[in-house]
Amino acid sequence: AWASYMTNSPTLIVMIGLPARGKTYMSKKLTRYLNWIGVPTKVFNLGVYRREAVKSYKSYDFFRHDNKEAMEIRKRCALVALEDVKSYLLEECGQIAVRSSALKIVLHWGILTLKCVSFQVFFVESVCDDPEVIAANILEVKVSSPDYPERHRENVMDDFLKRIECYKVTYEPLDPDANDKDLSFIKVINVGQRFLVNRVQDYIQSKIVYYLMNIHVQPRTIYLCRHGESEYNLLGRIGGDSGLSARGKQFSQALKKFIEEQEIVDLKVWTSQLKRTIQTAESLGVLYEQWKILNEIDAGVCEEMTYAEIEAKYPEEFAMRDQEKYLYRYPGGESYQDLVQRLEPVIMELERQGNVLVISHQAVMRCLLAYFLDKSADELPYLRCPLHTILKLTPVAYGCKVETITLNVEAVNTHRDKPSLNSHHLPSRQSPVRMRRNSFTPRASADTVKRPRHHSLGSKPLHLLGPLPSLE
Amino acid sequence: PAARELTQNPLQKTWEPYDNGLPAGHSAQRGVCMTNCPTLIVMVGLPARGKTYISKKLTRYLNWIGVPTKEFNVGQYRRDLVKKYKSFEFFLPDNEEGLKIRKQCALAALNDVRQYLSEENGHVAVFDATNTTRERRETIYKFGEENGYKTFFVESVCVDPEVIAANIVQVKLGSPDYVDCSNDEATEDFMKRIECYKNSYETLDETLDKDLSYIKIMDVGRSYLVNRVMDHIQSRIVYYLMNIHVTPRSIYLCRHGESELNLKGRIGGDPGLSVRGKEFAKSLAQFINEQNIKDLKVWTSQMKRTIQTAEALGVPYEQWKVLNEIDAGVCEEMTYEEIQENYPLEFALRDQDKYRYRYPKGESYEDLVQRLEPVIMELERQENVLVICHQAVMRCLLAYFLDKPAEQLPYLKCPLHTVLKLTPVAYGKCNHIYL
Repeated sequence: AWASYMTNSPTLIVMIGLPARGKTYMSKKLTRYLNWIGVPTKVFNLGVYRREAVKSYKSYDFFRHDNKEAMEIRKRCALVALEDVKSYLLEECGQIAVRSSALKIVLHWGILTLKCVSFQVFFVESVCDDPEVIAANILEVKVSSPDYPERHRENVMDDFLKRIECYKVTYEPLDPDANDKDLSFIKVINVGQRFLVNRVQDYIQSKIVYYLMNIHVQPRTIYLCRHGESEYNLLGRIGGDSGLSARGKQFSQALKKFIEEQEIVDLKVWTSQLKRTIQTAESLGVLYEQWKILNEIDAGVCEEMTYAEIEAKYPEEFAMRDQEKYLYRYPGGESYQDLVQRLEPVIMELERQGNVLVISHQAVMRCLLAYFLDKSADELPYLRCPLHTILKLTPVAYGCKVETITLNVEAVNTHRDKPSLNSHHLPSRQSPVRMRRNSFTPRASADTVKRPRHHSLGSKPLHLLGPLPSLE
Repeated sequence: PAARELTQNPLQKTWEPYDNGLPAGHSAQRGVCMTNCPTLIVMVGLPARGKTYISKKLTRYLNWIGVPTKEFNVGQYRRDLVKKYKSFEFFLPDNEEGLKIRKQCALAALNDVRQYLSEENGHVAVFDATNTTRERRETIYKFGEENGYKTFFVESVCVDPEVIAANIVQVKLGSPDYVDCSNDEATEDFMKRIECYKNSYETLDETLDKDLSYIKIMDVGRSYLVNRVMDHIQSRIVYYLMNIHVTPRSIYLCRHGESELNLKGRIGGDPGLSVRGKEFAKSLAQFINEQNIKDLKVWTSQMKRTIQTAEALGVPYEQWKVLNEIDAGVCEEMTYEEIQENYPLEFALRDQDKYRYRYPKGESYEDLVQRLEPVIMELERQENVLVICHQAVMRCLLAYFLDKPAEQLPYLKCPLHTVLKLTPVAYGKCNHIYL
């Protein structure tokens, strides 16, 4: 197995809490975030296992703590889930498994087996005593659950509240002062109003805690768009720091009108530090903030060239990029993977904020979009983010609703699809992509290190296509 | 109305709108300060609970990331007013004279806080005192409200007698208060001093203080209670406080061995080591072996010269792209003479304000600090670490540890083939020895 800095051993995150406390919401969000920053994470939801085992849900009686038959079924489901967790973490090289469940009894047994295989265990407990929050949760997520296919809303609410009562009988919250003082956990109280954090052991747990402390559930909207069409866009040149074309300026005006029509409360506007996004924001006539880390991907030696020029001057680089667009780093420049690491503070701040409009660039917007829409590293570099188009993102239940708004101002198309397999006829040796340093020479020089590469913080662990090449 | 024209600031290379030839105020530079109003951090806790340690460290961190911060230690005000400390009796709860003076000092400190935050463009003030009663905290909170500050409490709770004893030995014995006492006398007096506070101590309570914003640190970071984090800066403060620790350890900083471009006087690029550079790498390996460091982590950048240096050590190492040398943009691989010849204006601008100066299509020291923040955060989490990096990068890291301001940072001495060993001592400052 390869060495990874972020966790020496895999981590099992166990969600704890009564039903309708946001466990699944947090599991999914956390999993999305971890995968985006490059930590392979998967959710194992006990509810799903249970639905597999018990084809048809009848009523809350299933969850009564004295229903022996049901208890057996639930225990067996938990054990099956744990086996899957083990296999994910050990055999599939996953790093983090998030278990969403409220059944604590089986947990202890499970934790013991896992500790034998040296996993780190981190508990995330959600505690809520605000009846309004609970009712809202039930309405938003449970009513549309597979357990309640055609039920009337009130019946669902009623049954679900009774289900919660069943759990309350045996619920033992984490107790940092006595029984659980040696466990590593975070207790999220009343949807983030308060947190209790105990014994954070390593880097990844510290990041998880920071993330959970920054997210919120207030309704809000995030608008993503690119700068208006630029002079370089017109010339087909990538990168650089050119100004807006005439159509780009038109778009800025249309954007201003659109924003006004949306009547957004307290909208924050962010741009990069490149002229074209700032010019776009200027037209809005509102306060905006410039972030250097929102700058477009640095194309290094290929800056300001057209794709045709790149193909002519650096044919191998051009081919390699099409092979592995996510990992490929321009000589003297960046990769999408680098971009994701650079953009992480933007994502963290977006989580903290309310309504935000981010005016950025194609590669940057793809990275941000991939985070919100849970797109994999393979899909990310090919997401469609055309000029003069706004994506309106609204959080909804466990995910994100996305609306595409074209502002009817013509622009060039800057999208390049993934070409069919090996259309560049590269020799089928190991791709040297992985050996890219921040180097000006397109190839690694003769005396480059032969030691297998360790991954820098936040970098996505490589898909194991084969052993790392030796260079001689 | 037509959109305003943009002009590029020649020093920082940032685009700013201007009206009638003058810079207009509509855009905000993404400095790290993201608070609309100043923040007042209020320390809470019995004596010898690490309040001053935390204050100083937090202040150093915030200043380094670009948030103007200053700490106000009420004990220092007391020492300035009452020239000579006599005994713990000054702190007895029924000592009228003592109470009067202590209140006077607190108010004087708050007045200076107000001046710093409202008149001197400070963004964060750290009010370092015991603040152990609810009444005192309410007074301070009201003060904050009246002046338009957000108040955030940081409480340190510790009941472990060993930790407290260690604190006393490390910091209190050397205090000006105990300059004429033996260690035993000082310890005895200080323990009695702590007792004076205990009876009236009202810890931050989950119910009674539920509307306040605070973090409660328990047992030197074993656990934390965090309540109502209001904004970005409070969130960053919480994250920082949750990552620091007091376990003794050492941080070693050095540059890569001499490179081929170093020999030619050229900046940047991605060259390999020169012959002497390779020799340094070997000496470094020997030095590290001799130091016999427990569980040493080794970090490099993703540039060939640091990696080659680490390779000689024969131990696992981590590569961080963010540790790469400052990007000199169009000036990469040039000599300073060539830069002066080809870009005389740039050359002059850089000398004017070396911290904020950004190379065309490159970076500034200010950019570097922002990019290095995750390294600092992880260095705080870690124990023994050797960081093999580059001149500008090392200057930024060193400025953090030695609390050097932005003006001095770009001129800190970080010569090749020199290792700086940093060992945290007392109030967060670091000793360093050149080897």
